[in-house]
Amino acid sequence: MKVWTKKDLVGLEVLNKDEIEMILETATSFKEISTRQVKKVPTLRGKTIVLFFFEPSTRTRSSFDLAAKRLSADTLSISTSTSAIKKGETVKDTMKNIEAMQVDAIIIRHSASGIAQTLSNCMGSSIINAGDGCHEHPTQGLLDMFTIKEKKGKIKGLNISIIGDITHSRVARSNIWGLKKLGAHVTVCGPRTLIPRDIEKMGVNVTTSLPQALKNADVVNILRIQMERQKAGLFPSLREYAMRYGVSKEKLEKYAKDDVLIMHPGPMNRGIEITPDVADGSFSVILDQVTNGIAVRMAVLYLVCQSHTEDAEQEL
Amino acid sequence: MKLIIKNARVIDSKSKIDDVLDILIEGKKIAKIDKNIKDNDADVFDARNLVASAGFVDLHVHLREPGFEYKETILSGSRAATAGGFTTVCCMPNTNPVIDNQGVVEFIISASKKAGLINVLPIGAITKGSQGVELSEMSDLKDVGVVAVSDDGKPLSNAAIMRRALEYAGMLKLPVIAHSEDTDLSAGGVMHEGYMSTKLGLKGITRVAETSMVSRDIELARYTGSHLHIAHVSCRESVHLIRDAKKNGVNVSAECTPHHFSLTVESLVTYDPNTKVNPPLRDIDDVKAICEGLKDGTIDCIATDHAPHAESEKDVEFDAAPFGMIGLETALALGISNLVEKGILTLTQLMDKMSYNPSKIININKGYIAVGADADITVFDPKQKWEVTEGDFYSKSKNSPFLGNTLKGRVILTICGGKKVFSI
Repeated sequence: MKVWTKKDLVGLEVLNKDEIEMILETATSFKEISTRQVKKVPTLRGKTIVLFFFEPSTRTRSSFDLAAKRLSADTLSISTSTSAIKKGETVKDTMKNIEAMQVDAIIIRHSASGIAQTLSNCMGSSIINAGDGCHEHPTQGLLDMFTIKEKKGKIKGLNISIIGDITHSRVARSNIWGLKKLGAHVTVCGPRTLIPRDIEKMGVNVTTSLPQALKNADVVNILRIQMERQKAGLFPSLREYAMRYGVSKEKLEKYAKDDVLIMHPGPMNRGIEITPDVADGSFSVILDQVTNGIAVRMAVLYLVCQSHTEDAEQEL
Repeated sequence: MKLIIKNARVIDSKSKIDDVLDILIEGKKIAKIDKNIKDNDADVFDARNLVASAGFVDLHVHLREPGFEYKETILSGSRAATAGGFTTVCCMPNTNPVIDNQGVVEFIISASKKAGLINVLPIGAITKGSQGVELSEMSDLKDVGVVAVSDDGKPLSNAAIMRRALEYAGMLKLPVIAHSEDTDLSAGGVMHEGYMSTKLGLKGITRVAETSMVSRDIELARYTGSHLHIAHVSCRESVHLIRDAKKNGVNVSAECTPHHFSLTVESLVTYDPNTKVNPPLRDIDDVKAICEGLKDGTIDCIATDHAPHAESEKDVEFDAAPFGMIGLETALALGISNLVEKGILTLTQLMDKMSYNPSKIININKGYIAVGADADITVFDPKQKWEVTEGDFYSKSKNSPFLGNTLKGRVILTICGGKKVFSI
């Protein structure tokens, strides 16, 4: 039987295929809990889980919070506006203080790439990365994979295109690492100014042509375009972006497969990277992603907390 | 006071001596170099199996004083220098206040005299306050001991000012040390741009930020005929540009740092802020080109860019940490481990790069061993292996990516002006 050994979830790059599959399988068994009348199991009763969000988030934070609560863990939610960071304390010091309150896991979102890895090396509690800068957002990658597997029955051999601002996307990176490990063919597509240097070395195809990216794609994952990137001079206008890279029903009908799956990590800019008829259309599994997010996060919390307990028992 | 360094392998770049000899030091000078020197009044240091070289000269050090004494002081930086075998260091002007007037220069020289360890030679700012607008009073600065001018840490974006700086400094025979960085191209960047920056999700700094400025400044040096010295070369293409410029007679010299010939961008994989440095650690191709440049003389010398930062500043998110690493204490060992051991330079060539060549660049009468020369001598064991620990650093700061590494080559004794300033 496979055993989960990792204390933390920092990213998908550092996981192997078996570990990713184990999370997805565990999530499958947890998904049903959320459909019950009583949406709660005692699995993590007595565990304390802290949600530490240094960046605004609605979806990811609520999803983690509900995941923890449905496993009966106690949660504490801290955001920048209420934290000591405003008082000049370093992230490390803040975390050490939180850890001193005997917590089992810390879910962290922060704008600095690498912060989850740094903390995982210096903390005894489990660290779960809920998005670090432009580096990784592993649970988003996992819930995307879970949704693809659920809808398509497999991941291996599928053609998956990721459209948009690849440079600044932690979602893109986690998807690429995870999907490649599970045998998918990944294409990234966006304007040249939003595709990071040497990304093909991650094993992906690169195209600047949306029709090219839509052709033969089994899944199209559309990323949110941040308005401030335009102001930073990375592309000329939202208008031109929408025309060249916005995914519309018309373009899908013209270039994409009939059974293409449309995904978006949210929040969407309707009318820019995705038209409403696509977001709400029959290809879209965007709300399934959100539903699955809870199951995947329950699986992650369960596995890392359990690894912790086993470590402690072994020490005894 | 007299001292005989007995049976050392004396390596000297100027006279091309490489032989087992004794050196007699009398007062501040070298009195005699010969076999079997006997002098009953002299102390004797047994240097069998050790190398004696002219004391090392570092053209690029941040001593942080005045202004940032919590990172380093002239005294602590001088101690670090002696532990690394350096007897002369040039300190960069990005202090507070900036080294742009006689008062600051005189303060530094007097503080270094008080420390009484090594020669500290200030580098003046190219422009007042390093603001990039008006030339600093370079003639005044030279009169009180400035040996070069530089924009280090605050690159000059205005080419017209760089041109005037080269003309004016050239008139005074002061080299202009260029920190070659187009700050528009590098804006926001924290590491080398390439696969690693893509993977780590950190903003990259393209090589072009360096090479475009190296190219610009070489053209200005060609046009003005003045001496341009390129600081901390980090890119393959910069090495090519400097090589071609030298071939065409441009008055250009160049330095590289021990970290740029020892490490690649792969070192950043753990997000260790001690690997964050400007210019950034680059690819293996760049390291190879720098090694070739050292070998064929394109890169004249090794300079540490010793850049101390307090732990509280460095032990933060990678993005938030300041650029820079300390380098004085590890420079020789990195040169031996990564250049001499790998057959890129001979030990004699390494000594050229660390003593004689940098002295020539700033026109000081140092960097060689001869009768009558200043008794600035470094004795080291080229074979001794040691593990780098925090305890090995005399610098106030410990921000080295080499902590925990085992290196070869260790300074045993440093003599500056005839005085023992460091011994192990």
